[in-house]
Amino acid sequence: MDNNIAKRIQSLRDRLVYLKDIFAGKHRDNADLLEQRLDTFSEKASADALDDPYAELAGVEDLFAYVERRLENEITPMDRVRIVRHPQRICLKDILENVYDNFTEVGGQDEHSLDPSMLIARAVIIRRRGKKSYQQSVLVIGQEKGHGAEFRNGGSVKPWGNAKALQYMRVAETEGIPIHAYIFTPGSYPIEDYPGAAQQIARNIYGMADLRVPIVAVISEGGSGGAEAIGLADKRLMLSHGYYSVISPEGAAAIEGHVKGGNRATPELIEHCAQNLHITAQDNLRFGYIDRIVQEPPLGARPWHFDFFRNLRQEMLRATDEVVLSTRLFPMFRGFALSSRRNPEANLDEMHMRWGLSQGASNRLREKRQQKFLRFSRNAAIDRRPFLRKKAGAFWDWFCKPWISLKYDFYRKHQRKIESFMEEMGNEWETFKMRLLSPWRKLAGKPKKPEATTARELTALSAWSGEGRRRKWNYISPRYKIDRAVTCPNSASYGCLDLWGPDLFAEFAGVCSHCGYHFSMEPEWYVQNVFDQGSVFEFNGEIEAGNPLNFPNFDERIAEARKKSGAKSACMTFEASINDTKLIVAMLMGTFRGGSFGAAEGYKFVEAAARAAKKRYPFLAYVHGTAGIRIQEGTHGVIQMPRCTIAVRRYIDSGGLYMVLYDTNSFAGPVASFLGCSPYQFAVRSSNIGFAGPGVIKETTGMDIPPKYHRSYRALSRGHIQGIWDRRQIRNNLQQALVTIGGRNLYYR
Amino acid sequence: MIDISALLDEIKASPYRDIAITTPHCGLVRFLGGKVGDKLVGPQGQWKEKPGTAIATIERERNLKTISSPEKGDISVIHSELEDTFVEAGTTLAILRHMLTRQEVEQIILKRTLHLFCAPERAKYYFTPEVDKKIRSSDAKTVVVHDGMEFMIMSRMKREAPLRYSGPEGVIYAIYFTYNENVDAGSPLIGVCPADQVAAIQEMIMRVQTEWNE
Repeated sequence: MDNNIAKRIQSLRDRLVYLKDIFAGKHRDNADLLEQRLDTFSEKASADALDDPYAELAGVEDLFAYVERRLENEITPMDRVRIVRHPQRICLKDILENVYDNFTEVGGQDEHSLDPSMLIARAVIIRRRGKKSYQQSVLVIGQEKGHGAEFRNGGSVKPWGNAKALQYMRVAETEGIPIHAYIFTPGSYPIEDYPGAAQQIARNIYGMADLRVPIVAVISEGGSGGAEAIGLADKRLMLSHGYYSVISPEGAAAIEGHVKGGNRATPELIEHCAQNLHITAQDNLRFGYIDRIVQEPPLGARPWHFDFFRNLRQEMLRATDEVVLSTRLFPMFRGFALSSRRNPEANLDEMHMRWGLSQGASNRLREKRQQKFLRFSRNAAIDRRPFLRKKAGAFWDWFCKPWISLKYDFYRKHQRKIESFMEEMGNEWETFKMRLLSPWRKLAGKPKKPEATTARELTALSAWSGEGRRRKWNYISPRYKIDRAVTCPNSASYGCLDLWGPDLFAEFAGVCSHCGYHFSMEPEWYVQNVFDQGSVFEFNGEIEAGNPLNFPNFDERIAEARKKSGAKSACMTFEASINDTKLIVAMLMGTFRGGSFGAAEGYKFVEAAARAAKKRYPFLAYVHGTAGIRIQEGTHGVIQMPRCTIAVRRYIDSGGLYMVLYDTNSFAGPVASFLGCSPYQFAVRSSNIGFAGPGVIKETTGMDIPPKYHRSYRALSRGHIQGIWDRRQIRNNLQQALVTIGGRNLYYR
Repeated sequence: MIDISALLDEIKASPYRDIAITTPHCGLVRFLGGKVGDKLVGPQGQWKEKPGTAIATIERERNLKTISSPEKGDISVIHSELEDTFVEAGTTLAILRHMLTRQEVEQIILKRTLHLFCAPERAKYYFTPEVDKKIRSSDAKTVVVHDGMEFMIMSRMKREAPLRYSGPEGVIYAIYFTYNENVDAGSPLIGVCPADQVAAIQEMIMRVQTEWNE
């Protein structure tokens, strides 16, 4: 048999294996037909029994192409998941070789890398105009799956891999070259080694929010936090057979089906979840979370689809050009240039433009990127604020802006100067007065004896008065009515005696009097006991959590959560004060669906950060508990990670003080973004902080983790949080932190 | 001189340890259906994070607790007559017959025969160069230590102090610490036995390893 024919037969066999794998037993008849035709041809070809083998082979290939085209229309979302995970799927190295003209891998090679699942390369694109050619550099970052190479971990990046990506993004920023990010990850590798999976993703998102170079991202497999770690881009493209989701369908099915103890969810449930999570490129384009879809060949792109790579190159050039053009000041020129690039017939290789940005352009780029993300997902939450009130609020903001600007940006600066001048003058006057009056004092006689009260104050024991005389707590947990003893979880190791419920949940504030273990308390306990009494004023309470994806049976579950907790979403935003220091608080409540974070919560959080910036108040995120992003909201949920981080970044950059306080259990998305990016994070004792729970770690990495793996003390040891507080001392510690971290001019530099 | 056979026979005569399972505090007891002869397991898992077989529950002030088996073994006695009664703290609920494992038997033998020299404080410990050389070239059992002999160095972050042996004269039979790792105060550093008993102890340990059936 001719070598060429043998090669083409092998290629067809690979296509057949691929087809069988991605449909996982479905469309069996089609696969059997192809297999039969291929076997017949192969037998005849080996026996040299064919008159014109090339013509026959072309016929078999046509049949393959026809079947593939036909099955293309029957791909389900779960088939897409299998497509992107298949070893024959294109990987980043294929893209580097076929889309770019040349590249040098930096930060490691193959398995000799800090993290082989994160690939970073400096690539060049050569564009021509007439006879002249122009070389343009880009930094390519992305997860590398490597056609199933085991050491690549399937594109699950460890924290240090993400740190490497951030390091090179900074390099690109220094060099002023655009970044092309390719997302091929089922999710991040959930280990808590330094600095912790969540902490590193948070740093990446926070860094990308303010990067001063164009970023274009392409999503093939966009799994939750791992995707967001390099996905905050000016333009987000998505491959037509990719998926972008808050969680893998298997993970969602495990949660939906309450699967525990090493069991796996049924394939039907996984398929059902994949369908209802709306993870496809078309869904995400409809939601507005991606800008464009890059069409792939039938059944997904594989390394031999050279047309696809050509198309992808054009799309990357177009997207990068568009981002750069969008920062141009002159609308006429911008409009003309954009329209010439948006023409589908245009050959971008023959249209050159510089990708470097001036200082002003990079500022505009950053602002556009931030505004773009802040606009996302507003419609996914239910906003029941009356129209008039919303408009009145907006008008009031507009009206107050100059006044606040005058007060803080102008008057405050000069006020400090005047005050220090007046203070110095006062001191001088006092000295002068002392000298002037000293002869008179000598004549006036002996100094007065101290009064009896002063002597008593100095010698007697202090009286228990003022604050201490009042009742110890403003609010006590309703559980104090439960007449039963409670066992401390540490009793086996520390020998704690049983605690009587009414004591524990009232006077002891839920703290074991022997070992100091903190039992969880209701969010109300903090609202009433941490802040000044009567100072709490809730805002945006009318924004409610909904069911934007119409996830089956989820409306009832949300209604049940509302009834049970009395709240309309898992986030309560309010203004409050501590010893007359005003602050804005966003509280994530573990009592509402485990504190899961969705579009409504994100909306409220973003609004709270904006309000804090507007009013020049410090901003506190108090995390009573959060289980992560609300999976039933799909990408509406996961988009809150970059969105809220941008809100926080804008607040911090404008000079604000953002603090985070964790309590009970805080996991996943929120910790890996807008909570983890705070420079000042504290935790209440006995809290757990991490990226993924023990079950998920076991399932994804196969590692058993020790029982106290997520304890806050470990987070403290690895530098994630800055301190651990006793619940009874939160008020005092918060006040001290506000004064010492915020300083005299609390939060405005 | 130790009588090997006598010691081993003594252990073989009662190759188990009786563990009394008692109530941690007063309360109402309910058994979970265990009978005499039932096999129980102790805490399981890499970190012993899963509790052993549940034997009974005790309830005080509406606080229900499970009493679990602390070791592997069989129930030899169970006080079922205490079912549904309010008992005092420390009342025996059952007696667990735990068959000694090979390691436990070895520990009993070594405990009886060796003199343990313990760490006086938390530090890193090294042998003096001469002793170290001897141990490396042949075997720890060739090193004879006597009272007042300077044979170790105690190192606390580069502050080093010589350590003198105190106890009966003998050879180093076992070393219980590793280099470059901190040893807590009171933890054994070495086990010493009289030179003429080394062979006897070795033989006994070998017999335990080959003959002991768990």
